[in-house]
Amino acid sequence: MNHFLTTEDIERADLDSLLGEAQEFVDVLGRPIPKVPALRGKTVATMFFEPSTRTKLSFEKAAKALSADTMSFSPGTSALTKGESLKDTVQTIRAMGVDLMVVRHKATGAAWRIAEWLDIPIVNGGDGAHQHPTQALLDCLTLQQRFGALDGVRIAIVGDIRHSRVARSDIFAFTTLGAEVTLVGPRTLLPSDLEGWPVRATEHFDEVLEELDAVYLLRVQAERGGTSVFPSLPEYVRRYGLTRERYARLKPDAAILHPGPMNRGVEIADAVADSPRSLVLNQVTNGVAVRMAVLFRLLGGDHDV
Amino acid sequence: MGPNESRRVLDAGDIGRATRRIAHEILEQNRGSSDLFLIGIHTRGAPLATRLGEAIEEIEGKAVPVGCLDIGLYRDDLDLRPKTRIGKTEVPEDLDDATVVLVDDVLFTGRTIRAALDALSDLGRPARVQLAALVDRGHRELPIRADFVGKNLPTSHDERVTVRLSETDDDEGVWIERGGTA
Repeated sequence: MNHFLTTEDIERADLDSLLGEAQEFVDVLGRPIPKVPALRGKTVATMFFEPSTRTKLSFEKAAKALSADTMSFSPGTSALTKGESLKDTVQTIRAMGVDLMVVRHKATGAAWRIAEWLDIPIVNGGDGAHQHPTQALLDCLTLQQRFGALDGVRIAIVGDIRHSRVARSDIFAFTTLGAEVTLVGPRTLLPSDLEGWPVRATEHFDEVLEELDAVYLLRVQAERGGTSVFPSLPEYVRRYGLTRERYARLKPDAAILHPGPMNRGVEIADAVADSPRSLVLNQVTNGVAVRMAVLFRLLGGDHDV
Repeated sequence: MGPNESRRVLDAGDIGRATRRIAHEILEQNRGSSDLFLIGIHTRGAPLATRLGEAIEEIEGKAVPVGCLDIGLYRDDLDLRPKTRIGKTEVPEDLDDATVVLVDDVLFTGRTIRAALDALSDLGRPARVQLAALVDRGHRELPIRADFVGKNLPTSHDERVTVRLSETDDDEGVWIERGGTA
């Protein structure tokens, strides 16, 4: 593994071994001294060309727990505002002595382009509506901790699938691990063509509710409500929100996940977000551990041996 | 011995006798088993620690805690080695004020033990740390020595010492092979 860009072509064995290692890092993070010297002397740069708080902090915490140094980049204060090209920007920062870059960018494929330009490992921290592979890893780890294995686990991903890099990454990771995935959302927000996707799709959340082991709610971008492709917010809540009524109809041991940040009262009811079945905070904790596993895989040990 | 030839220097019986003798020596040196904590170094130190624990229980009539330690995240030579998978670290009891006996299969350069000492100090503060090795093959690169040794095996640098245990391998014994680097 030279980069970590997508879950689309990931092999089951690679996914299993990354998740196994991430579980060891969960243990490391639970120790009195939650830090190991594995990446001492390495420098990780978080290059977030699009705003993000949690993913950036999570990567930085992961790097620091492995004793790597971190550098971060914010587009607002950079020479990009003076017209510097993306290529010049990343090459300049690479030349300062960076061993790995985490890249978030609004353009699909940005991390792949940077991987072509530079000679260091690149981790995709989210590109447009395309991929967010470490989010998928942390979701898999959270579900694995809850269910033991994902084989046969029925998961619904609910919301704006079409514009969600989280959904796209999760679909491939979940199904690679043997889960049965159902996409739920209005037709305008489902992918136009499901060919080649190992999933089924429905517009009717209520019809699949009772068979689910896990519900994965996507964030509603509230500013989109009421447009031609997006229903009004009250309409969305009525058809796709995980309300207390829908919550009551779920299996008693069903798990609830959300990538954050949550819109309480929209895709998830307030009481549901804080219910014991909600794994949202487990997801956040696991995020640091899976990112440690990815950084260690890419920087720990020689690639060619 | 020709190239790649392999010679068995300990068999299963030898390993059993060495283990029991080390168990007696640990008890003698520590005047019993109170505060003892055996910690095997992943991979083959772990079953050896379990065996030592069983032998000590047989002699003393009470169990001693046994754990295992993966030192992959503490190595100083990660860039020089093939990528390794991180194994299990299980230290179920409090290390503070315990007498920890680190257990490994082969003592060679001492770098693994150096890493294990670093890992231990992140987990707690033992009163003292001792080292038991099934085989000491020499060639230390650090000021580290074993307190308990199953067998001293003088080797040359280009020989390889291989330990196989029934818990982790199909066979049991210690072999010296020519032409290896570890």
